[in-house]
This record gives sequence, structure tokens and C-alpha cells, in this order.
Amino acid sequence: MKKIVALIRRTKLDVVKAALDEVGHHSMTVTEVKGRGKQKGITEIYRGREYQIDLLPKVELMMVVDDADVERVVDTIMHGARTGEIGDGKIFVLPVDDVIRIRTGERGSDAL
Amino acid sequence: MVIAVLNSGDTAWMLISTALVILMTIPGLALFYSGLVKKENVLNTLFLSFVAYAVVSVIWFIYGYGAVFGSDIHGLIGIPTNPFFQGVIESHALYGTIPLGLYAVFEMAFAAITVALISGALVERMKFGAWMLFIPLWLTLVYLPVAHWVWGGGWLAQLGVLDFAGGIVVHINSGVAALALVLLLGPRQDKRLFPHQLTYSILGAGLLWIGWFGFNAGSALAAGQLATSAFIVTNTSAAVGLLVWMLIEYLRFGKVTLLGAASGAIAGLAAITPAAGFVNVMSAMVIGFGAAVVSYAAISYIKPRLGYDDALDVFGIHGFSGIWGVLAVGLFASPFINAAGTGLLYGNAHQLAVQALGIAVTFAYSFVVTLIIAKSIDLTIGLRVSSDDEQQGLDLATHDEIAYRI
Repeated sequence: MKKIVALIRRTKLDVVKAALDEVGHHSMTVTEVKGRGKQKGITEIYRGREYQIDLLPKVELMMVVDDADVERVVDTIMHGARTGEIGDGKIFVLPVDDVIRIRTGERGSDAL
Repeated sequence: MVIAVLNSGDTAWMLISTALVILMTIPGLALFYSGLVKKENVLNTLFLSFVAYAVVSVIWFIYGYGAVFGSDIHGLIGIPTNPFFQGVIESHALYGTIPLGLYAVFEMAFAAITVALISGALVERMKFGAWMLFIPLWLTLVYLPVAHWVWGGGWLAQLGVLDFAGGIVVHINSGVAALALVLLLGPRQDKRLFPHQLTYSILGAGLLWIGWFGFNAGSALAAGQLATSAFIVTNTSAAVGLLVWMLIEYLRFGKVTLLGAASGAIAGLAAITPAAGFVNVMSAMVIGFGAAVVSYAAISYIKPRLGYDDALDVFGIHGFSGIWGVLAVGLFASPFINAAGTGLLYGNAHQLAVQALGIAVTFAYSFVVTLIIAKSIDLTIGLRVSSDDEQQGLDLATHDEIAYRI
């Protein structure tokens, strides 16, 4: 099993969610985050002072899937989230030791 | 001989005006300020206004009203002859066509907001105990005398200084006091203005704008032509101030901001305050225009250059626009609006000189005495919270409360 962490544009969340539904991957955890990478920051103005903000709002999508599903999920997220512009985000794939369903106590792939 | 009779129309209007002015402090000003601070300080910021309002409410009816409006001693202060307002309400005394008690509570609301205004400069770093000590000391040693000089028949009034609703007594007074206090308090560790909830500030600005009709039109003390005139020019100055600040921002940044617009409106309102019962619509437009320009300059050029941390621009907006407005009375006061005032435009150059004197005197007095009060508090209990508390945020550090529970 692998943990997939995808940092994507806020505007792409609905598209990615819908695409993942279509390939049968419904479960996920979504967090609003701030981050920076190659993308230029933004300027905010308050009472005549300009402030450069380089931490931009993004969305972090977290899913745990079977090894066999990793490539399909990564592809689906990439297709949904890509615009071609700097700032599209990144996907990380990490190993997972175990998964437990709290309600039933099931472990491993059965709990996914 | 004219015998004063209670006029229920005037009284009804003044009751509402009083409530409107109180609304300006709680929660108008409280919200305006609290939206501009970091989220860890929002409750403390609200608290500064609420507690100021409460303390002034109590002191006012013990001796405050009497010190301002009581029998004059050498033009300097009044004698409070009815401590705890004993017997005043019971006597059914009148002030013109309204109950004397109503005049007293109306004026109380002005005293309260003047103190609360100062809080905007010192947010995010002042000890709450120091603020609570500051309120009665400043009210007693600065507000009461200045209000007496201008509104209580004191020496500035005797010299002919005109201040319809508080350009000197409220705005310059509080603006200058704020400056003095922050010079002693020192700047915040993080001086950046990152409003955590700008929507509160806009809500607050709206409440202030509406409440200002009570502030300015209510200062006519009657429901009639003068109140109407004051109502109209108040709104006009606010609207022009808002639009001109937007224009300045557009020329400077190519963008207009909502905080800028709201700030322009407040500047326009502060400037028209001394002039509301003396000027016509055209003059009000000029006043609003000038207010946006001087306050924008104060905030964008003077403050950064001189380096004082007037966090929410109390001196920048109320101080500067107040000064402009008080001078504007000397320029634009029209005897056709109010027989009590004639300005330069209508052939009287003397008024301008008298207004300038009033400004200079108040500036010096408020600045010096505020410094003394603040220094005394600093030497006894200390003005400023610890560095750790400042970083943690005053809501938790001072009050053990958090505003936003996730």
C-alpha cells in the first residue's frame, strides 16, 4: 500500500475529485495548505503598504491505495490537476506500513 | 423671557442620537479595530473598546459631566456640583428643549469613544492593566479639561474656537494622545498590517458611518434644520473621502482596496466632525477630499519616515483629518448655515487664527499630559506585555481566551 500526497491548485480540486470518482477511488482527505515553489508570490496592499506574499494557498489531497492502483491514481490526479503553468503542484508517493478500519478492525488492503 | 420647555421631537431624536454614538464604540470601533489585528489579538482588541466604554460610563456620572459642563473656574475646568448625578434627573432640569440628563448621557458617549479611539494605536502589545489605569487618568486629566475648554464654556470657547461635534475634543485629542502613548510603548515586533478579518473592519466602518449621524447631527441638540444640514454634510464628506482615497490608491498602485475606501470614509467623517454644523455641501466635499489626502499622506509617508508604530493609524486618520477639519471650519464656516460661525470664505479671517490656536493648544496639552500619564504607568506597573506574551497573542496571554476554535 502507498500513501499518495498531492499538492494541487485549489481550483483543480473539484476536477480531480470527479476524475478519481470515475476510476473508483472515492476516499481521500483534503487539507487547505500554503506553500511555495517556483511560482511567483502575490502582492497584498493594506493602507498603502505593499506586502509580498510567497506562500500561496494550495490543496493537499491524501489517499492510501493498493500498490497496483498507484499509477492509475497518479495519472488521474495529474490529468485533472495539470494546467501546464508553473504552480500545478507535485505528487509524492510514500510507503505505508498498515491501514486499520476503526469501525470493524479490518487491516491491510481490506481496510482500504 | 423664554421659558425652556421639553420638546418631545428633540428629545426623541437626541435619545436616538445618543444610542447611535454609543453604537459607534460598541461595537463599531471595536469591530473596526479588531478586524485589522492578527487573529491571536482579536478579543483583546475588542475588549479595549468595551472596557473603555464601561469605565467612562461610570466615571462620567460620578464627576465627569460636572467637570466639563459645571460652573467654570477661570476657564480651565468645571465644578462637579452633583457627584453621582444626585438629584439631577429628579429635578427634571432641562438643557434647552431636552432633559439635562439626556444632554449628559449624550456627551458621555463622546467621552467614551474618544478614549476608545486611542486603543487603536496600542493594539497587540499593551498590558490590559495598564490600559485600565490609563482610561480614568486620561479621561480625568486630558479629556475633561479639553472638553471643558471647548464645549463647557472654558477659555477656548471664550476665545471663539468652534468645534461642532468634536474635531478638537475627540479627534485631535485622541490622535495626539495615541501618538504620545506609542512613542513610549514602542513598536510591535511584527509591524505589518495583515488584517485577519477585514470583513469585521468593514462592518465596523459601516456602523461608525451610521453612528456618526448621531455624533454630528445629534450635536445640533435638536431635531430640525441644523441637524439635517449636519446629517447631509457628514454623509457627503464621508462619501467623498471614500472615493478620493480610492482615487489616490488607483493612481499609486493601479488597484483600489476596500480597506482604503473604508479608511477614506473614516477620514472624511473625522474631518467633517468639527464642521458639520457650520458648512454647506460644497465645502463638505472639499473637506472630504482634503481628509483623504492628508490622512493618506500621514499613513504612507509620514508614519514610515518617522517610524512610530501607530498600529491602526489613530494619529494618521483622526489626528490629521481632525486638524484639517478644525482648520476647515475657519475657512468654510457659513453664517447662512449657522449664525454662530463665519469663516474666511465669508470674510472673517479671525476664525482661522482662533481655530489654529485651539489646535495648537490641544496638541501640546494632550501630547504632554498623555506622555506624563503613560510614563507614570510605565514606571509603576509597566505599559507593555512581555515579548513571549506578545508572540503568543494577547487573547491567550492576557485573557486565557481564543476567538476561533477549530
